[in-house]
Amino acid sequence: MIALPQPKTDVLDRRDAVHEGLRALLPARAVITDPSRLKPYETDGLSAYRQMPLAVVLPESTEQVAAVLRFCHQNGVRVVPRGAGTSLAGGALPLADAVVVGMMRMNRILDVNYADRYAVVQAGVTNLGITKAVEADGFFYAPDPSSQLACMIGGNIGMNSGGAHCLKYGVTANNVLGIKLVTIEGEILELGGAHLDTAGYDWMGIVIGSEGQLGIATEITVRLLRAPEGTRAMLAAFKSNEIAGRCVDAIIGSGIIPVALEFMDRPAIHACEAFAKAGYPLDAEAMLIIEVEGSVEEQDSLLGRIKEICGRFDPISLKVSQSAEESAAIWKGRKGAFGAIGRISPDYLCMDGTIPTSTLPEVLRRIGEMSEQYGLGVANIFHAGDGNLHPLIMFDANNPESMHKAEAFGADILKLCVEVGGCLTGEHGVGVEKRDLMSVQFTETELDQQRRVKTAFDAGWLLNTAKVFPLKPGTDTTPAPIPHAA
Amino acid sequence: MQTNFTPDQLADPDIAVADRILRSCVHCGFCTATCPTFVTVGDEDDSPRGRIYMIKDMLETGAPASEPVAFHLDRCLSCLSCMTTCPSGVDYMHLIDHARTRVEETYERPAHDRALRSLLAAIMPYPARLRMALRAASLGRLGRGLVRGEGMLMRRLRAMLDLAPAQLPPPSSTERPGVFPATGERRARVALLAGCAQQVLDPGIHDATIRLLNRMGVEVVVAAGAGCCGALTHHLGRHDEALGFARANVAAWTREIGAGGLDAVVTDTSGCGTVLKDYGFLLRDTPEAKDAARISELTVDITELLLRLDYQPSRTPKTPLTVAYHAACSLQHGQRVTDAPKTLLRRAGFSVAEPKDPHLCCGSAGTYNILQPEMAGQLRARKLGTLHALKPDLIAAGNIGCLTQLAGDGLPTIHTVELLDWMAGGPRPARLPQGAGG
Repeated sequence: MIALPQPKTDVLDRRDAVHEGLRALLPARAVITDPSRLKPYETDGLSAYRQMPLAVVLPESTEQVAAVLRFCHQNGVRVVPRGAGTSLAGGALPLADAVVVGMMRMNRILDVNYADRYAVVQAGVTNLGITKAVEADGFFYAPDPSSQLACMIGGNIGMNSGGAHCLKYGVTANNVLGIKLVTIEGEILELGGAHLDTAGYDWMGIVIGSEGQLGIATEITVRLLRAPEGTRAMLAAFKSNEIAGRCVDAIIGSGIIPVALEFMDRPAIHACEAFAKAGYPLDAEAMLIIEVEGSVEEQDSLLGRIKEICGRFDPISLKVSQSAEESAAIWKGRKGAFGAIGRISPDYLCMDGTIPTSTLPEVLRRIGEMSEQYGLGVANIFHAGDGNLHPLIMFDANNPESMHKAEAFGADILKLCVEVGGCLTGEHGVGVEKRDLMSVQFTETELDQQRRVKTAFDAGWLLNTAKVFPLKPGTDTTPAPIPHAA
Repeated sequence: MQTNFTPDQLADPDIAVADRILRSCVHCGFCTATCPTFVTVGDEDDSPRGRIYMIKDMLETGAPASEPVAFHLDRCLSCLSCMTTCPSGVDYMHLIDHARTRVEETYERPAHDRALRSLLAAIMPYPARLRMALRAASLGRLGRGLVRGEGMLMRRLRAMLDLAPAQLPPPSSTERPGVFPATGERRARVALLAGCAQQVLDPGIHDATIRLLNRMGVEVVVAAGAGCCGALTHHLGRHDEALGFARANVAAWTREIGAGGLDAVVTDTSGCGTVLKDYGFLLRDTPEAKDAARISELTVDITELLLRLDYQPSRTPKTPLTVAYHAACSLQHGQRVTDAPKTLLRRAGFSVAEPKDPHLCCGSAGTYNILQPEMAGQLRARKLGTLHALKPDLIAAGNIGCLTQLAGDGLPTIHTVELLDWMAGGPRPARLPQGAGG
C-alpha cells in the first residue's frame, strides 16, 4: 500500500474549532462534519485507498471558496479539492487532517459566446454538460475522458484530462483559455482569458495538470469548437493484440490522424459488449474502434484508406457503422469500459501510461507476460492513436495478497512505459497512485524544480499534499517545502 | 469494491445478496451524474454512489441506522436512473430495498414521521379507505390556510392536501373482480392488476385498458383476491406487509392460471409493474417461490402487450396532437420499457415529443411527494419546465403517480393507454379539453 502521511496532531486536536470556523463562513447545508455523512467522501474512483477527512465543505461561489481557503491557510489546515470524485489515481483522496472542498454545487454555465467560440463555466459543470449545452447550436468541447458523463471540468483542469478524441483535438491544456484560480491565501486570480495567448508566462501551462496543488479553479473559460459535418466509426477485429498493435502503428505511420483510434482486447470486448450491446466482435482477440469525421466524401476516402491498411493485417472483420445509433452504441461500450469490467472482476486497477506508438506491439506482449507471471488478469483498453495505455488489472480487494500483487503489477507496467521512452501518466494524473513512481521518471533535481513551483504558490504545502511527489524517503511525512534555489 | 463482512454476517442470505451487489460496484461515479437528487443538491451523500457507501458501512458495522443515514436513504426516489447508467450492472434496487427495511427495523423515527408512515401504509393500498381519506382531504383543502409553519409535518400535510384531487371520479365497475370477455374471437386471456390508488384517482385508465384489449380480442380478468402490488409498503421499508400483498396476488393469479389459463399479467401502472416483475426475487425464499417467478415472467406493461398484439388505430386525428411523452422512471429504468409507448403513440397518429433530461424523475415516486415535499417540488418544477418547453397539447405517461404529480399546471395529463384506446375506437379521454385536436 502507498503510505499516507501522518496527520498533523495539532490540527486533529482543533477539530471542533475548525468545524466552528467553517460554519461561521458558510451556510449550514454547506458544512459536513457528521461521521456518517463524511463516510462517502473518504474515497474517490480509486476506492482501494480511503481516509476520513476532517470536514467536507460544499461552497456555492468563488468568494466562499476563497473564504474557506483563507481560513485553512490561517489555521494551518490542509485542503483537498474534489470535483465529482471520479479520479482513478486517488487525486481526491482525503487526508485525516484535511478539509475537502467539494465543487459540485458550482455547476452553472455562466456565459456562452459563439462568435468568439468560448464558454465560461463553473468548476462543477460536468465535462459532457458543456457539450450538451452547446451541441444544439453545432458546437462542442473537445476533451472527452471516458468519465465525461460525471467528471467535472475543475477536475479535468487538475489532471489535464484527455479522452478518445484528443488524438485530433489535444488534451485539456489545448482547450482551456482562462481560469479563475483561488490561491491558498484566498486571493482570486484571473489567469488567461477568452483568447488563445496571453502576455507573460503561460499560466494555463502551469496550472493545468497541477493536481489541485497550486490553487482551486472555480471558473473556467473553455474553447468551443464547431462540430464536424459528420462522424463515422468502424470496428476492426484482429487475431492477436500484437497484430492490432502493428495495425495502429501502420495507420498512424501512414500520416492518417483519425479523430479517435481506440484499442480493446478480448476481456474488454466481452465485458463492454455485455453492457452496451454494440455488436463488438466476440471472436476477436483485439479490436480497434476507428472514427473519422468530415463530409461524407472525406469520411469515405479516409475509411477507404484505413480499410486498405487494416486489410494488410489479416483482419477477422471490418465493420463500418451504418447509423448514428450504431456509432452511439459503439462509443457507449468504450466509454463505459472501466465500469463494465466490474462485470467480470470485483476490483480493478486502471493504469494510465503513455508510450511511443511504435512500441505498442512490444509493450502489449510484455504486459501479457507480466499477467502470467503475477497470475492476475488484465484487460487492455486504451487510446492507441496517441499511445495512452489503460491496462486494467483485475484483482480481488478482499484478498490482501491479490491487492498487493496488483499494485506491483501496475508499477511494473508503468516502469515499462518509462523504459520504452514513454511516461507515467497520460491523462489521469499522478495522484496518490503513481506518486512513488515519480522518481522512476524524474531525477531528484527535476523533482525539486517542480516542488519549487508548488512552494511558490503554496509555501506551507497545504493544498492536496501527499499527492504527486514522493514522501520524504524513509518516513511518512510530506517533504519539507523546498526552498527557492539560491 | 472491497467489503468487510464476517463469515457470520455472510451466513445471513440477505447480507450475502448485499455483499454480491456491493462487490459489483467499482465506485466509478457515473451514477452521480444522472441521479435526480445529486443533480439537485450536489452532495455525494445524496448520490447513488454515496448511498451505496452508507449502506455498505451500515451493513458492515451492523450498527443501527443513524439519523443522517436514514435522512439520505429516505431522500432516494428509487427511480433507478442509476441502474440505467451503471456500466457495472450494480443491482441498486435490491440493495436500497434491503437498506430501507434495515432502516425501518433499526432507526427510531420521530413520532410524527412514524405516525404518517403508518397512516400511509394503512390507507394507500386499500381503495375504500383511500377514497374516504381523499373525500376528507378535499374538505380539508378548505382549511389549507390553517396548515401553517415550515416544520416537516406541516409541509407534508400541505403536500398531501395539494395532491388530493378536488373531485373524485365515481368508482368504476372494473374495480370489482370479474371477467371482461373479448369481442369476437379470443386471441389471449390476461389478468389485469386492479391495484389500489389508481382505480380511485382515475378509474378511466383501467376502463380504457379493458375496452381496448377486449376489442383486440383479449379476455381480461380482474382476479378475486388480488389487490395492491405491495410497492407502496415495500418502499416504506415494511418488508413483511409488502410480501403479504405479493403473496395474495401470486395466489390469486396462480388460481386463475389453473382456472382459465393466463397469457400475461398486465399492468397499466408502471410503478406496480416493476414490483410485479420482481416478485420472483421478493418471494425467492418462500414456498411460493416458483409461482412468484412464473408471475414475474408473465408480467408485462400494457404497452409491451399492445406492441406484441400489433395494436393498430382505427381512425386518424383530424388535427394531430403533440404529445409530450413523460417516461415514468418505473417504466424506463425499472422495466427498461422505453420505445414501446412512443412507438404506439406515433402509430396512433400523435406527434410525440420528448423533454430534455428524460431520465430525470418528476418527483412522484410513490409516497415520496408526500414524505419529501421539498425535493419532490423541485423535481416537479424542473420536469414541468422541460415539458412546457415542447409546447405540447398534453402530457402522456404510463404511471398514475406521475400523472398526479404533473397535473394542475395548465397541461392535461393523460395515460398513454387512454390515448391509444381513443384512436382505436374508444371515447375521448375525459381529461382532454373539448376542441383540442382529434
